[in-house]
Amino acid sequence: MGGKIRVVIAKPGLDGHDRGAKIIARALRDAGMEVIYTGLHQTPEQIVETAIQEDADAIGISILSGAHMTLVPRILELLRENGVEDVVVVVGGTIPDDDADELRKLGVAGVFGPGAPTTEIVDFLKGAVAA
Amino acid sequence: MAIDATPRLDADRKAGDRTLSGEPVRELYTEADLPAGVGGPEDPIGRPGEYPFTRGIHASMYRGRLWTMRQFAGFGTSEETNERFHYLLDHGQTGLSTAFDMPSLMGHDSDHARALGEVGREGVAIDTLEDMQTLFAGIDLGEVSVSMTINAPAAIMLAFYVAAAESGSDGVADGNGPAAAGGVEGALDTAETGSTGVGPIPRERLSGTIQADILKEYIAQKEWCFPIDPAMRLCGDMIEWCTREMPRWHPISISGYHIREAGSTAQQELAFTLKDGLTYVEQAVARGLDVDDFAPRLSFFFNAQIDFFEEIAKYRAARRIWARELRETFGARNPRSWQMRFHTQTAGVSLTAQQPLNNIVRTTIEALAGVLGGTQSLHTNSYDEALALPTEEAVQIALRTQQVIAHETGVVDTADPLGGSYFIEALTNELEAQAYAYFAQIDALGGVVAAIEQNFFQREIAEASFRYQGEVERGERVVVGVNRYALDDEAEPTLLKVDPALEGEQIARVTALRAGRDTAAVDAALARLRDDAGRDDVNLMPAIVDAARAYVTMGEMCDALRDVWGVWRETPVF
Repeated sequence: MGGKIRVVIAKPGLDGHDRGAKIIARALRDAGMEVIYTGLHQTPEQIVETAIQEDADAIGISILSGAHMTLVPRILELLRENGVEDVVVVVGGTIPDDDADELRKLGVAGVFGPGAPTTEIVDFLKGAVAA
Repeated sequence: MAIDATPRLDADRKAGDRTLSGEPVRELYTEADLPAGVGGPEDPIGRPGEYPFTRGIHASMYRGRLWTMRQFAGFGTSEETNERFHYLLDHGQTGLSTAFDMPSLMGHDSDHARALGEVGREGVAIDTLEDMQTLFAGIDLGEVSVSMTINAPAAIMLAFYVAAAESGSDGVADGNGPAAAGGVEGALDTAETGSTGVGPIPRERLSGTIQADILKEYIAQKEWCFPIDPAMRLCGDMIEWCTREMPRWHPISISGYHIREAGSTAQQELAFTLKDGLTYVEQAVARGLDVDDFAPRLSFFFNAQIDFFEEIAKYRAARRIWARELRETFGARNPRSWQMRFHTQTAGVSLTAQQPLNNIVRTTIEALAGVLGGTQSLHTNSYDEALALPTEEAVQIALRTQQVIAHETGVVDTADPLGGSYFIEALTNELEAQAYAYFAQIDALGGVVAAIEQNFFQREIAEASFRYQGEVERGERVVVGVNRYALDDEAEPTLLKVDPALEGEQIARVTALRAGRDTAAVDAALARLRDDAGRDDVNLMPAIVDAARAYVTMGEMCDALRDVWGVWRETPVF
């Protein structure tokens, strides 16, 4: 490993709810990580491309549009297709419990709902990337 | 970046002696805290119904007429949402408010690649005039006022609405649509089952509001289609057209709600929203409109957060600033031009996923702040909305909350019961002063558009939002059930599930519609739209209404405009 943890914070889909993504991006940066924020309205293809180009250790997907069960599996699929196996994927947003369970089965390392403290997310990423 | 308010927001002070937005609060307020000039000829408080309307825009306030209970609703296809609309009207709701899905808000059709997974998720999918006809089937649009929350492609959605109303809301039955030729089954089903045979309603009888506040999209909500300048032109065209053609319509709802939801403080919500409003007025005046011809139709939309007194003071300050600016700066003579009318929605961002029933209590307090602040209409959030779109049961409780406030508490029996409260009046003054400090800062940057381009608002909001998050995480702000009184193991309530199959159904509808329409008429309408978009001397609305009638889709019209105008990209800051 060595060096800073590199995290892509990504906003897939069409919704513009970026309060959470920006707070997380800043909290991770303050915790010493290298943060690349994609900005809004990213396609799964754009997100995976960014993760590869930036040699990311982790991708944090922020989604509040209800499209998570379509867009997150697509991102996981594209990562696999591109042979990217070692990137930790976490998801934040309004994700009902059933959907969160399903996303974990598909390979998402962590799902963080509304009210999750940023410290919890920082600790989780440090642990997951080191593992 | 900092204004004089910033030191008060510093996190090194204990949060307990500051409002939610960082205003210092003292132990006691007295008559010494009332603003200067009380009781004089230019009384800053005055009476309800009189300039500067600090105490409300009507003399009798809710004794004369209650606020409009207007729950925002929309999901799935136009058929599902039409059913929810009928349900709400049957339960005593007095106006409708339409939530559109993300593809509609961004000007994409349901079968666009970027719409994947988003169709009908956050609101209703409306691609065409025909969807709009289905949405309002069986609803008398001459009687019910309708609000539509859409911004970048607002002009197009308004055209669908006008065309639907003028065809009869069960418009497919009049034999004009492609569905009449057997092209689209879903619409025919609705016409047969949902219609009560409402006839055509001319545009001048339509009442309601379309949000169409594009400035706050670049500032906070981030649902845009075009660069700022053409987007402002489209907005101006619509305001001008509505001023002439739709005398009962509010062509814009200048919105602080989304600014607040994006993490701003109350001061920022107040200042940025009013500055946006003043910018629209400047534009309309620059286009040659008389301020008194359009200002009475402008409306506002504010958040109701959980800090009860601060919110009430915010609404009062907003009314006073607006009245003063319209009278003094723009020379409006008609008192209706001075009056700020606004809708209020309780704060989505205050809802917690943890112990969600507590949200009913939060929403009640927030709604009461809206009422005591003198709102003209109100949406109360449902307790489950931190988790998903609300269930019917949750929506009913939210509506009942308003009905309890209106009919049981007695707060409606006298106009502005809090007027003259030392604390309220002092806080109103303070918020007003801070709004003017922000106005000066925005002016120094070159106005609202220039400030957007310099990321000023985006940075201010991100700062405020991060600061609040820190206060919560350090325990300086208590959020019940989240950072105090939390439960270890919570069961999730039953949530609304939007059937994923609806996306396919909606795609089939729009595909079938395209196959059944007059393509020559479509091509001609789009050619005219492109042509008009490239010229500054024509109003775009007639071309858009004609295109809507020719069953040109939302995505097709927006793509045509994007071809001419280009798209907007922001440089993200955090």
